[in-house]
Amino acid sequence: MRIGIDVGGTNTDAVLLDGRQVLASVKTSTTADVTSGIVAAIDGLQRQRAFDPAAVRAVMIGTTHFINALVEAHRLAPTAAVRLSLPAGASLPPMVDWPQRLVDAVSGRSYLVHGGHEFDGRHIAELDESELRKAADDMGEAGVRSVAITSVFSPVNAEFEARAAEIIGAQLPDVAISLSHEIGRIGLLERENATVINAALRELAAHIVDGLSASVTGAGITAPLYLSQNDGTLMDVDFARRYPVATFASGPTNSMRGAAVLSGLDTCAVVDVGGTTSDVGVLRQGFPREATTDVSVAGIRTNFRMPDVLSIGIGGGSRVRGNVTVGPDSVGYELTSKALVFGGDTLTATDIAVAAGRADIGDASLVAHLDRGLVRAALDKIAADVSDVVERMRTSAEPLPVVAVGGGSVLLPDELAGCGEVHRPENYAVANAIGAAIAQIGGEVDRVYVIEPGRREAVVEEAKQEAIDRAVAAGASPASVGIVDFDEVPIPYLPGNATRIRAKAVGDLQLGA
Amino acid sequence: MREITENDLHDIARGAAILGTGGGGDPYIGRLLALSAVRSHGPVPLVPLAEVPDDAVVLPVAMMGAPTVMVEKLPSAEQVGLAARTLAGYLGKELTHIACAEAGGVNSLIPVVAAAQLGLPLVDADGMGRAFPELQMVLPTLYGIRATPMSIADEKGNRGVLDTVDNRWAERLARSATIDMGCSAMISNYAMSGSQARESLVPGTLSLCAELGALVRAAREEHADPVARVVSRLGGRRLFTGKVVDVARRTVTGFARGEARLSGMDGDTGAELVLRFQNEHLVAERDGVVEASVPDLICTLERETGEAVTTEGLRFGQRVTVIAAPADPRWHTPEGIALAGPRYFGYDIDPIGVTG
Repeated sequence: MRIGIDVGGTNTDAVLLDGRQVLASVKTSTTADVTSGIVAAIDGLQRQRAFDPAAVRAVMIGTTHFINALVEAHRLAPTAAVRLSLPAGASLPPMVDWPQRLVDAVSGRSYLVHGGHEFDGRHIAELDESELRKAADDMGEAGVRSVAITSVFSPVNAEFEARAAEIIGAQLPDVAISLSHEIGRIGLLERENATVINAALRELAAHIVDGLSASVTGAGITAPLYLSQNDGTLMDVDFARRYPVATFASGPTNSMRGAAVLSGLDTCAVVDVGGTTSDVGVLRQGFPREATTDVSVAGIRTNFRMPDVLSIGIGGGSRVRGNVTVGPDSVGYELTSKALVFGGDTLTATDIAVAAGRADIGDASLVAHLDRGLVRAALDKIAADVSDVVERMRTSAEPLPVVAVGGGSVLLPDELAGCGEVHRPENYAVANAIGAAIAQIGGEVDRVYVIEPGRREAVVEEAKQEAIDRAVAAGASPASVGIVDFDEVPIPYLPGNATRIRAKAVGDLQLGA
Repeated sequence: MREITENDLHDIARGAAILGTGGGGDPYIGRLLALSAVRSHGPVPLVPLAEVPDDAVVLPVAMMGAPTVMVEKLPSAEQVGLAARTLAGYLGKELTHIACAEAGGVNSLIPVVAAAQLGLPLVDADGMGRAFPELQMVLPTLYGIRATPMSIADEKGNRGVLDTVDNRWAERLARSATIDMGCSAMISNYAMSGSQARESLVPGTLSLCAELGALVRAAREEHADPVARVVSRLGGRRLFTGKVVDVARRTVTGFARGEARLSGMDGDTGAELVLRFQNEHLVAERDGVVEASVPDLICTLERETGEAVTTEGLRFGQRVTVIAAPADPRWHTPEGIALAGPRYFGYDIDPIGVTG
């Protein structure tokens, strides 16, 4: 058995799974402190279906704690950004394009020192150890508690970042150190931003991970604890302490992956209909397609891997008006007081669903008077808008099945024009917790290779093998690991057929005996 | 527009990406560099081309190398100024104006950095009216203005001056030096007098970038169609609206060549458009018939937002509108076509001109 828990902004959802069978599922309120919400969720599962804590083999948690901490600029550690780039890069120092409020929230300090690599591996400048020691002295005096180190072209060669970490770590043994090559890809400012954000979250990560572990242990569960990452794979708690930033988009990812498992479709469009919006994403071989553009988080440009999600303002709480609009404004959390079926005075999409007999929510007699034509028109409008978004997310002419999840998915028809049948799996309301519970272990390579003539295949194989090795090292069972994503893009104006190769491997979590 | 301030930089970057015709590099880094230069040195005076005096000493500056490298090894403002100062020193002349060689992409904003840093006015003009991949592809070449003497500078303080027998040699030698400098260098070339500048440059292109950027921004705020406004301002036409269904890329002698296939939507349902590119878009073929080609501008814009999409950024599933716009008429002379027409890029066709 395993337990999956998804901690959202409002609700904490939990499921108990045996293989892929859902034994119990609960929804509880998210609590301000980390532990009590988790304890309540596990208790809820226990009440619904008594289980022996010792029989639980793994607990997977997806959480929005870290992204919320950044957005709210709350509980961020005093952080220093060290960039190894001189004599390049001085005109655009670290955090150059950040909102000032977040620079202040991390008490951001910047140090530019010599170092970095050229695209072909030559050194831009040699590392100057005394310069780094001096910077470390200054950080110590300023009370810096976390350090982000970024070296030019470190995704190609990370030696300078590793050496700088040794020097700073020797001098400041208590600070946390985050290295950019472990966090982001090519694109110095975006990778550095992600690394500084990661560094600023390290103390909070330690606190949260301790809290989560304590709640799980408190429930008598001795199995290992994992956290969900943006790409739908898992990290163990040690990794989570070091890379909190990797949890940022785990919410939508878990929902989509849960939908895939529930429906048995691993390539599909997933429509998650909530209270205010419908979010549409696409799964390929069970993993969300990633956004190809830079992603801005709390006003900071980063190059995280984020799922490509398109949202429209249609949800269960959307206001419905005259002839006929649905959303984008929503009554939101006030649905249970404002909607007609709850005795309120606002016509919402939920009222339409109840009037049409698609849902049994509140008091159906309160919407019996609604004009049939209006109900029909509103449902048609919702179907047309959602199918337009699904259509926009499609990348080929091949048919793409549609899976609907989320509390508001009753709004969707059984068939969408141009998209075909809408699959509605059981347990759709806890798809996110199921997504967390079924997550696998991944490994990844993203690097610029100089490919000599005739060596292309060998280089591609090397990259794929490295991704596989990384997945196994992270805890995947070797027999189950396979390449799930591969991308090769030649880079213009560089000599020697420079090509950026990305390979991602995933496999099932190797569960202990 | 008589000066460039902090507030103009977003618009210029957005408009420059459109004139980049799919290439020219993401202007983001250029915008940040220009922002930092304008913040430290104040707004940059922008001089209309017609007002540049005969005896002015005008130096265009630009970034040369791989945009992919520039986003990793960030250029420095000093490096930009150094390229211009080095060339002025070699020429033994007092520099009076900075100019822009390429209005499309990142090179629209590099001259703003140089002008701010050196405290000089910037000429509101450029050498192409768009972006092109090679250094000799500027209108001054048609007027016999030599690319060299030309300077090249890296971030380490290395400087070089090239003096070559023709502009193609300048491209070749500068390309080698750029690679040794780590594939991102600042250059200054095509030094010219004020009268040569007035004759050979495309007037008003920096203002045009700012105007295009502002049009797109305003259209979005008004929920109007930004693409239609860009088409109308450039006097071009909408070629096709469709979804990217295939992108094939390969690197040939340092350039990213490739094709993108678009499947039609809206009024183009059932048709297919193929875009052929070498960093910039070169040829657009609708159902096998060439509809537009270099030297005219072929731009891919996001169908809804009007934001330019680069050839590197083209991805399956994107919905784009392809537009074509006329290049400066001098590109359509036999000499202009020889320099940057379809045959130069290996397409055995006569250029197809766009009429708005």
